[in-house]
Amino acid sequence: MFHRFANPARFSRIATRILPWSAAATIAMFIIGIYYALFASPADFQQGETVRIMYVHVPSAWISMACYTFIAVMSAIALIWKHPLADIAARSAAPLGVGFTLIVLITGSLWGKPTWGTWWVWDARLTSVLVLFFLYLGHIALTNAFDNPQRGARAAAVLALVGFVNIPIIKFSVDWWNTLHQPASVTRLDAPAIDPAILTPLLLMALAFTLYFFTMLLIRMRADLNGARARALRLSAAE
Amino acid sequence: MIGLILLIRRELKLALRGGTDAVMAVVFFVLAAVLFPFGLGADPAMLPRIGGGIIWVVALLAAMLSLERMYANDHEDGSLDLLYLSPVALGTLALAKALAHWLTTGVLLLIAAPILALLYNLPASAFGALALSMLLGTPILSLVGGIGAALTLGARRGGVLLALLILPLYVPVLIFGAGAIDGAVAGRPIGPALLVLSGFLLAALALAPWATAAALRQAIE
Repeated sequence: MFHRFANPARFSRIATRILPWSAAATIAMFIIGIYYALFASPADFQQGETVRIMYVHVPSAWISMACYTFIAVMSAIALIWKHPLADIAARSAAPLGVGFTLIVLITGSLWGKPTWGTWWVWDARLTSVLVLFFLYLGHIALTNAFDNPQRGARAAAVLALVGFVNIPIIKFSVDWWNTLHQPASVTRLDAPAIDPAILTPLLLMALAFTLYFFTMLLIRMRADLNGARARALRLSAAE
Repeated sequence: MIGLILLIRRELKLALRGGTDAVMAVVFFVLAAVLFPFGLGADPAMLPRIGGGIIWVVALLAAMLSLERMYANDHEDGSLDLLYLSPVALGTLALAKALAHWLTTGVLLLIAAPILALLYNLPASAFGALALSMLLGTPILSLVGGIGAALTLGARRGGVLLALLILPLYVPVLIFGAGAIDGAVAGRPIGPALLVLSGFLLAALALAPWATAAALRQAIE
Protein backbone atom coordinates (compact mmCIF):
# COMPACT_ATOMS: atom_id res chain seq x y z
CA MET A 1 0.00 0.00 0.00
CA PHE A 2 2.74 2.39 1.14
CA HIS A 3 5.13 1.65 -1.71
CA ARG A 4 2.43 1.30 -4.34
CA PHE A 5 2.17 5.10 -4.41
CA ALA A 6 5.92 5.50 -4.87
CA ASN A 7 5.28 5.22 -8.60
CA PRO A 8 4.62 8.80 -9.78
CA ALA A 9 2.66 7.68 -12.85
CA ARG A 10 0.32 5.58 -10.72
CA PHE A 11 -0.08 8.41 -8.22
CA SER A 12 -0.92 10.89 -10.99
CA ARG A 13 -3.51 8.50 -12.39
CA ILE A 14 -5.18 8.01 -9.01
CA ALA A 15 -5.02 11.75 -8.26
CA THR A 16 -6.67 12.56 -11.59
CA ARG A 17 -9.46 10.13 -10.78
CA ILE A 18 -10.03 11.50 -7.25
CA LEU A 19 -9.72 15.21 -8.07
CA PRO A 20 -13.16 15.91 -9.63
CA TRP A 21 -14.89 14.24 -6.69
CA SER A 22 -12.87 16.01 -4.00
CA ALA A 23 -13.24 19.35 -5.80
CA ALA A 24 -17.03 18.88 -5.99
CA ALA A 25 -17.16 17.84 -2.33
CA THR A 26 -15.11 20.92 -1.35
CA ILE A 27 -17.47 23.30 -3.16
CA ALA A 28 -20.55 21.57 -1.74
CA MET A 29 -19.17 21.67 1.82
CA PHE A 30 -18.24 25.34 1.44
CA ILE A 31 -21.76 26.20 0.31
CA ILE A 32 -23.33 24.32 3.23
CA GLY A 33 -20.72 25.57 5.71
CA ILE A 34 -20.97 29.23 4.69
CA TYR A 35 -24.77 29.05 4.73
CA TYR A 36 -24.68 27.73 8.30
CA ALA A 37 -21.93 30.15 9.35
CA LEU A 38 -23.50 33.31 7.95
CA PHE A 39 -27.27 32.68 8.00
CA ALA A 40 -28.34 29.61 9.99
CA SER A 41 -26.43 30.33 13.20
CA PRO A 42 -27.21 32.92 15.90
CA ALA A 43 -25.00 35.93 16.67
CA ASP A 44 -23.18 35.70 19.99
CA PHE A 45 -24.82 37.73 22.75
CA GLN A 46 -21.47 39.24 23.80
CA GLN A 47 -19.48 39.35 20.56
CA GLY A 48 -22.41 40.01 18.23
CA GLU A 49 -21.83 39.27 14.56
CA THR A 50 -18.01 39.19 14.93
CA VAL A 51 -18.35 35.63 16.21
CA ARG A 52 -18.71 34.59 12.56
CA ILE A 53 -15.03 35.43 11.96
CA MET A 54 -14.30 32.42 14.13
CA TYR A 55 -15.78 30.07 11.50
CA VAL A 56 -12.85 30.97 9.26
CA HIS A 57 -10.25 31.58 11.96
CA VAL A 58 -10.48 28.34 13.94
CA PRO A 59 -10.55 25.89 10.99
CA SER A 60 -7.56 27.71 9.41
CA ALA A 61 -5.70 27.46 12.70
CA TRP A 62 -6.37 23.73 12.87
CA ILE A 63 -5.25 23.24 9.28
CA SER A 64 -2.13 25.40 9.71
CA MET A 65 -0.95 23.17 12.57
CA ALA A 66 -2.12 19.94 10.91
CA CYS A 67 -0.30 20.98 7.74
CA TYR A 68 3.00 21.43 9.59
CA THR A 69 2.48 18.07 11.27
CA PHE A 70 1.79 16.57 7.84
CA ILE A 71 5.01 18.12 6.50
CA ALA A 72 6.98 16.78 9.48
CA VAL A 73 5.57 13.25 9.02
CA MET A 74 6.26 13.36 5.26
CA SER A 75 9.79 14.62 5.99
CA ALA A 76 10.41 11.71 8.35
CA ILE A 77 9.13 9.27 5.71
CA ALA A 78 11.32 10.94 3.07
CA LEU A 79 14.43 10.76 5.27
CA ILE A 80 13.89 7.22 6.56
CA TRP A 81 12.50 5.38 3.53
CA LYS A 82 13.61 7.80 0.79
CA HIS A 83 10.03 7.73 -0.47
CA PRO A 84 10.02 9.98 -3.57
CA LEU A 85 6.44 11.21 -3.18
CA ALA A 86 6.94 12.21 0.45
CA ASP A 87 9.41 14.92 -0.61
CA ILE A 88 6.92 16.20 -3.16
CA ALA A 89 4.08 16.10 -0.64
CA ALA A 90 6.09 18.12 1.88
CA ARG A 91 7.18 20.63 -0.75
CA SER A 92 3.61 21.02 -2.07
CA ALA A 93 2.04 21.42 1.36
CA ALA A 94 4.33 24.21 2.62
CA PRO A 95 2.84 27.12 0.58
CA LEU A 96 -0.65 25.97 1.60
CA GLY A 97 0.50 26.12 5.21
CA VAL A 98 1.77 29.67 4.71
CA GLY A 99 -1.61 30.66 3.28
CA PHE A 100 -3.59 29.18 6.16
CA THR A 101 -1.25 30.66 8.77
CA LEU A 102 -1.60 34.08 7.14
CA ILE A 103 -5.41 33.71 7.20
CA VAL A 104 -5.24 32.83 10.91
CA LEU A 105 -3.15 35.90 11.69
CA ILE A 106 -5.27 38.28 9.62
CA THR A 107 -8.70 37.01 10.73
CA GLY A 108 -7.41 36.89 14.29
CA SER A 109 -6.45 40.54 14.28
CA LEU A 110 -9.71 41.50 12.54
CA TRP A 111 -11.54 39.74 15.36
CA GLY A 112 -9.21 41.10 18.04
CA LYS A 113 -9.80 44.77 17.17
CA PRO A 114 -13.52 44.88 18.10
CA THR A 115 -13.28 42.23 20.84
CA TRP A 116 -10.00 42.87 22.65
CA GLY A 117 -9.63 46.45 21.38
CA THR A 118 -6.28 45.82 19.71
CA TRP A 119 -5.02 44.38 16.43
CA TRP A 120 -2.18 42.48 18.05
CA VAL A 121 -1.01 41.45 21.51
CA TRP A 122 2.23 39.65 22.34
CA ASP A 123 0.33 36.76 23.77
CA ALA A 124 1.88 33.28 23.87
CA ARG A 125 -0.42 31.76 21.27
CA LEU A 126 -0.26 34.69 18.83
CA THR A 127 3.51 34.77 19.11
CA SER A 128 3.94 31.05 18.60
CA VAL A 129 1.69 31.16 15.51
CA LEU A 130 3.84 33.99 14.17
CA VAL A 131 6.89 31.79 14.72
CA LEU A 132 5.08 29.02 12.83
CA PHE A 133 4.61 31.45 9.92
CA PHE A 134 8.36 32.14 9.82
CA LEU A 135 9.13 28.42 10.07
CA TYR A 136 7.01 27.85 6.96
CA LEU A 137 8.82 30.66 5.13
CA GLY A 138 12.21 29.22 6.14
CA HIS A 139 11.13 25.78 4.95
CA ILE A 140 10.12 27.13 1.52
CA ALA A 141 13.27 29.26 1.21
CA LEU A 142 15.49 26.31 2.10
CA THR A 143 13.70 24.02 -0.37
CA ASN A 144 14.45 26.44 -3.20
CA ALA A 145 17.95 27.50 -2.12
CA PHE A 146 19.92 24.77 -3.87
CA ASP A 147 20.75 24.08 -7.49
CA ASN A 148 20.08 20.42 -6.82
CA PRO A 149 16.37 20.05 -5.85
CA GLN A 150 17.11 16.73 -4.09
CA ARG A 151 19.48 18.48 -1.69
CA GLY A 152 16.92 21.21 -1.02
CA ALA A 153 14.23 18.65 -0.24
CA ARG A 154 16.47 16.75 2.19
CA ALA A 155 17.66 19.89 3.99
CA ALA A 156 14.08 21.15 4.28
CA ALA A 157 13.05 17.75 5.69
CA VAL A 158 15.60 18.03 8.51
CA LEU A 159 14.44 21.59 9.21
CA ALA A 160 10.78 20.51 9.30
CA LEU A 161 11.59 17.91 11.95
CA VAL A 162 13.60 20.41 14.02
CA GLY A 163 10.84 23.03 13.76
CA PHE A 164 8.20 20.53 14.86
CA VAL A 165 9.01 21.39 18.51
CA ASN A 166 6.92 24.54 17.96
CA ILE A 167 3.66 22.64 17.30
CA PRO A 168 3.07 21.38 20.86
CA ILE A 169 4.06 24.85 22.11
CA ILE A 170 1.30 26.42 19.98
CA LYS A 171 -1.24 23.79 20.96
CA PHE A 172 -0.65 24.06 24.68
CA SER A 173 0.42 27.71 24.93
CA VAL A 174 -3.06 28.71 26.12
CA ASP A 175 -2.92 26.10 28.90
CA TRP A 176 0.69 26.66 29.99
CA TRP A 177 0.55 30.45 30.09
CA ASN A 178 -2.58 32.15 31.33
CA THR A 179 -2.97 34.63 28.49
CA LEU A 180 -5.49 36.72 26.61
CA HIS A 181 -6.27 34.10 23.96
CA GLN A 182 -9.06 31.83 25.18
CA PRO A 183 -8.25 28.17 25.94
CA ALA A 184 -9.36 25.28 23.75
CA SER A 185 -13.12 24.80 23.82
CA VAL A 186 -13.70 22.07 21.21
CA THR A 187 -10.85 19.56 21.53
CA ARG A 188 -11.22 18.75 25.21
CA LEU A 189 -11.42 15.40 26.94
CA ASP A 190 -14.88 16.12 28.33
CA ALA A 191 -17.74 17.47 26.23
CA PRO A 192 -16.98 20.58 24.13
CA ALA A 193 -17.68 23.79 26.05
CA ILE A 194 -19.45 25.36 23.12
CA ASP A 195 -23.08 25.57 22.12
CA PRO A 196 -24.26 23.14 19.36
CA ALA A 197 -25.68 26.09 17.38
CA ILE A 198 -22.14 27.44 17.01
CA LEU A 199 -20.35 24.08 16.98
CA THR A 200 -22.27 22.80 13.94
CA PRO A 201 -21.16 25.53 11.47
CA LEU A 202 -17.65 25.39 12.95
CA LEU A 203 -17.30 21.67 12.26
CA LEU A 204 -18.87 22.04 8.79
CA MET A 205 -16.38 24.77 7.93
CA ALA A 206 -13.53 22.67 9.34
CA LEU A 207 -14.57 19.82 7.06
CA ALA A 208 -14.76 22.21 4.08
CA PHE A 209 -11.26 23.60 4.83
CA THR A 210 -9.86 20.09 5.18
CA LEU A 211 -11.34 19.04 1.83
CA TYR A 212 -9.97 22.22 0.26
CA PHE A 213 -6.50 21.46 1.65
CA PHE A 214 -6.67 17.89 0.35
CA THR A 215 -7.81 18.99 -3.12
CA MET A 216 -5.18 21.71 -3.43
CA LEU A 217 -2.50 19.30 -2.21
CA LEU A 218 -3.41 16.78 -4.91
CA ILE A 219 -3.40 19.53 -7.59
CA ARG A 220 -0.03 20.87 -6.44
CA MET A 221 1.57 17.42 -6.19
CA ARG A 222 0.34 16.50 -9.67
CA ALA A 223 1.62 19.82 -11.04
CA ASP A 224 4.99 19.22 -9.39
CA LEU A 225 5.25 15.75 -10.94
CA ASN A 226 4.23 17.06 -14.35
CA GLY A 227 6.76 19.89 -14.03
CA ALA A 228 9.54 17.42 -13.29
CA ARG A 229 8.48 15.35 -16.30
CA ALA A 230 8.41 18.39 -18.56
CA ARG A 231 11.94 19.34 -17.42
CA ALA A 232 13.20 15.81 -18.08
CA LEU A 233 11.62 15.78 -21.56
CA ARG A 234 13.10 19.19 -22.39
CA LEU A 235 16.56 18.03 -21.27
CA SER A 236 16.35 14.85 -23.33
CA ALA A 237 15.10 16.85 -26.37
CA ALA A 238 18.05 19.24 -26.05
CA GLU A 239 20.63 16.45 -26.16
CA MET B 1 36.01 11.40 23.64
CA ILE B 2 39.61 11.81 22.46
CA GLY B 3 38.23 12.58 19.02
CA LEU B 4 36.00 15.28 20.52
CA ILE B 5 38.92 16.94 22.34
CA LEU B 6 41.19 16.76 19.29
CA LEU B 7 38.49 18.29 17.09
CA ILE B 8 37.86 21.12 19.56
CA ARG B 9 41.62 21.78 19.74
CA ARG B 10 41.80 21.91 15.96
CA GLU B 11 38.91 24.40 15.81
CA LEU B 12 40.42 26.61 18.50
CA LYS B 13 43.82 26.60 16.78
CA LEU B 14 42.20 27.56 13.49
CA ALA B 15 40.25 30.33 15.22
CA LEU B 16 43.36 31.66 16.99
CA ARG B 17 45.54 31.68 13.89
CA GLY B 18 42.79 32.46 11.41
CA GLY B 19 42.15 35.90 12.66
CA THR B 20 39.60 38.30 13.90
CA ASP B 21 36.19 36.65 13.35
CA ALA B 22 35.53 36.08 17.05
CA VAL B 23 36.72 39.55 18.03
CA MET B 24 34.49 41.06 15.35
CA ALA B 25 31.45 39.34 16.86
CA VAL B 26 32.17 40.92 20.25
CA VAL B 27 32.80 44.34 18.72
CA PHE B 28 29.47 44.01 16.88
CA PHE B 29 27.81 42.93 20.15
CA VAL B 30 28.97 46.05 22.01
CA LEU B 31 28.50 48.44 19.10
CA ALA B 32 24.96 47.31 18.25
CA ALA B 33 23.90 47.51 21.91
CA VAL B 34 25.36 51.01 22.15
CA LEU B 35 23.17 52.13 19.23
CA PHE B 36 19.91 51.60 21.13
CA PRO B 37 20.26 54.45 23.66
CA PHE B 38 20.93 56.82 20.74
CA GLY B 39 17.67 55.77 19.11
CA LEU B 40 15.51 55.43 22.22
CA GLY B 41 16.89 58.20 24.38
CA ALA B 42 19.09 57.68 27.44
CA ASP B 43 16.51 57.95 30.20
CA PRO B 44 18.28 56.35 33.21
CA ALA B 45 14.98 54.98 34.51
CA MET B 46 14.10 53.32 31.20
CA LEU B 47 17.49 51.77 30.38
CA PRO B 48 17.49 49.06 33.09
CA ARG B 49 13.97 48.06 32.02
CA ILE B 50 14.92 47.41 28.39
CA GLY B 51 18.59 46.53 28.95
CA GLY B 52 18.17 42.80 29.54
CA GLY B 53 16.11 42.32 26.40
CA ILE B 54 18.45 44.39 24.22
CA ILE B 55 21.57 42.61 25.47
CA TRP B 56 19.94 39.28 24.61
CA VAL B 57 18.69 40.34 21.16
CA VAL B 58 22.12 41.67 20.25
CA ALA B 59 23.75 38.50 21.60
CA LEU B 60 21.56 36.39 19.26
CA LEU B 61 22.61 38.48 16.27
CA ALA B 62 26.29 38.48 17.25
CA ALA B 63 26.32 34.70 17.71
CA MET B 64 24.78 34.35 14.25
CA LEU B 65 27.51 36.39 12.53
CA SER B 66 30.14 33.66 12.68
CA LEU B 67 27.73 30.74 12.20
CA GLU B 68 27.88 30.90 8.44
CA ARG B 69 31.59 30.01 8.41
CA MET B 70 31.15 27.14 10.90
CA TYR B 71 31.20 24.41 8.24
CA ALA B 72 31.60 26.44 5.04
CA ASN B 73 35.42 26.72 5.19
CA ASP B 74 35.83 22.98 5.78
CA HIS B 75 33.29 22.26 3.05
CA GLU B 76 35.11 24.39 0.48
CA ASP B 77 38.64 23.06 1.09
CA GLY B 78 37.48 19.45 1.37
CA SER B 79 38.45 18.79 4.98
CA LEU B 80 34.78 18.13 5.78
CA ASP B 81 34.89 15.12 3.44
CA LEU B 82 37.99 13.84 5.25
CA LEU B 83 36.34 14.33 8.64
CA TYR B 84 33.29 12.48 7.30
CA LEU B 85 35.49 9.53 6.29
CA SER B 86 37.43 9.55 9.57
CA PRO B 87 36.42 7.15 12.39
CA VAL B 88 34.94 10.04 14.40
CA ALA B 89 31.13 10.02 14.22
CA LEU B 90 29.41 12.98 12.56
CA GLY B 91 27.51 13.70 15.76
CA THR B 92 30.81 14.07 17.62
CA LEU B 93 32.04 16.44 14.93
CA ALA B 94 28.83 18.48 15.26
CA LEU B 95 29.22 18.65 19.04
CA ALA B 96 32.89 19.65 18.75
CA LYS B 97 32.09 22.38 16.22
CA ALA B 98 29.29 23.75 18.41
CA LEU B 99 31.47 23.74 21.55
CA ALA B 100 34.32 25.41 19.69
CA HIS B 101 31.90 28.01 18.35
CA TRP B 102 30.70 28.63 21.87
CA LEU B 103 34.26 28.94 23.22
CA THR B 104 35.19 31.46 20.52
CA THR B 105 31.93 33.45 20.54
CA GLY B 106 29.63 32.70 23.47
CA VAL B 107 32.35 32.97 26.12
CA LEU B 108 33.52 36.30 24.72
CA LEU B 109 29.93 37.59 24.74
CA LEU B 110 29.66 36.40 28.33
CA ILE B 111 32.77 38.41 29.23
CA ALA B 112 31.58 41.52 27.39
CA ALA B 113 28.02 41.40 28.77
CA PRO B 114 28.82 43.03 32.18
CA ILE B 115 30.24 46.07 30.35
CA LEU B 116 26.91 46.47 28.53
CA ALA B 117 25.09 45.94 31.82
CA LEU B 118 27.03 48.91 33.23
CA LEU B 119 26.18 51.03 30.18
CA TYR B 120 22.52 50.12 30.59
CA ASN B 121 22.58 51.03 34.25
CA LEU B 122 21.41 47.57 35.36
CA PRO B 123 21.24 47.23 39.17
CA ALA B 124 23.96 45.11 40.80
CA SER B 125 21.35 42.52 41.77
CA ALA B 126 20.75 41.74 38.06
CA PHE B 127 24.40 40.89 37.25
CA GLY B 128 24.07 37.36 38.59
CA ALA B 129 20.96 36.73 36.48
CA LEU B 130 22.70 38.21 33.43
CA ALA B 131 25.80 36.03 33.83
CA LEU B 132 23.83 32.85 34.57
CA SER B 133 21.31 33.31 31.78
CA MET B 134 24.11 34.02 29.27
CA LEU B 135 26.10 31.04 30.56
CA LEU B 136 23.10 28.72 30.07
CA GLY B 137 21.73 30.37 26.94
CA THR B 138 24.70 31.03 24.66
CA PRO B 139 25.66 27.33 24.26
CA ILE B 140 22.11 26.73 22.97
CA LEU B 141 22.71 29.41 20.33
CA SER B 142 25.82 27.58 19.13
CA LEU B 143 24.20 24.13 19.21
CA VAL B 144 21.01 25.13 17.38
CA GLY B 145 22.96 27.43 15.07
CA GLY B 146 25.09 24.47 14.02
CA ILE B 147 21.97 22.82 12.57
CA GLY B 148 21.31 25.92 10.47
CA ALA B 149 24.93 26.17 9.36
CA ALA B 150 24.89 22.54 8.22
CA LEU B 151 21.52 22.90 6.48
CA THR B 152 22.54 25.94 4.43
CA LEU B 153 25.88 24.44 3.36
CA GLY B 154 26.23 25.17 -0.35
CA ALA B 155 23.00 27.15 -0.57
CA ARG B 156 22.57 30.32 -2.59
CA ARG B 157 22.33 33.44 -0.37
CA GLY B 158 23.37 31.33 2.61
CA GLY B 159 23.64 34.20 5.10
CA VAL B 160 20.12 35.61 4.83
CA LEU B 161 18.69 32.11 4.62
CA LEU B 162 20.52 31.13 7.80
CA ALA B 163 18.95 34.07 9.65
CA LEU B 164 15.47 33.09 8.41
CA LEU B 165 15.94 29.49 9.55
CA ILE B 166 17.60 30.09 12.89
CA LEU B 167 16.02 33.22 14.38
CA PRO B 168 12.56 31.62 14.88
CA LEU B 169 14.27 28.75 16.71
CA TYR B 170 16.12 31.25 18.95
CA VAL B 171 12.89 32.85 20.20
CA PRO B 172 12.43 30.59 23.28
CA VAL B 173 16.02 31.27 24.43
CA LEU B 174 15.43 34.99 24.02
CA ILE B 175 12.17 34.91 25.99
CA PHE B 176 13.58 33.08 28.99
CA GLY B 177 17.05 34.67 28.88
CA ALA B 178 15.68 38.18 28.86
CA GLY B 179 12.94 37.10 31.26
CA ALA B 180 15.52 36.08 33.88
CA ILE B 181 17.24 39.49 33.73
CA ASP B 182 13.94 41.40 33.75
CA GLY B 183 12.85 39.34 36.74
CA ALA B 184 16.02 40.23 38.62
CA VAL B 185 15.61 43.94 37.80
CA ALA B 186 12.00 43.86 39.01
CA GLY B 187 12.90 41.86 42.12
CA ARG B 188 11.10 38.65 41.14
CA PRO B 189 12.66 35.18 41.62
CA ILE B 190 14.81 34.19 38.63
CA GLY B 191 14.88 30.46 39.35
CA PRO B 192 12.06 29.33 37.02
CA ALA B 193 13.44 31.09 33.93
CA LEU B 194 16.94 29.70 34.58
CA LEU B 195 15.55 26.20 35.11
CA VAL B 196 13.69 26.37 31.78
CA LEU B 197 16.90 27.57 30.10
CA SER B 198 18.81 24.63 31.62
CA GLY B 199 16.13 22.34 30.23
CA PHE B 200 16.56 23.86 26.78
CA LEU B 201 20.34 23.46 27.08
CA LEU B 202 20.07 19.77 27.98
CA ALA B 203 17.60 19.12 25.17
CA ALA B 204 19.82 20.97 22.69
CA LEU B 205 22.91 19.09 23.86
CA ALA B 206 21.13 15.79 23.31
CA LEU B 207 19.31 16.50 20.05
CA ALA B 208 21.14 19.25 18.14
CA PRO B 209 24.35 17.28 17.30
CA TRP B 210 22.15 14.49 16.02
CA ALA B 211 20.12 16.82 13.75
CA THR B 212 23.31 18.57 12.62
CA ALA B 213 24.81 15.20 11.69
CA ALA B 214 21.72 14.38 9.61
CA ALA B 215 22.00 17.75 7.84
CA LEU B 216 25.74 17.29 7.23
CA ARG B 217 25.16 13.86 5.73
CA GLN B 218 22.74 15.40 3.18
CA ALA B 219 25.28 18.11 2.38
CA ILE B 220 28.22 15.75 1.82
CA GLU B 221 26.47 13.05 -0.16
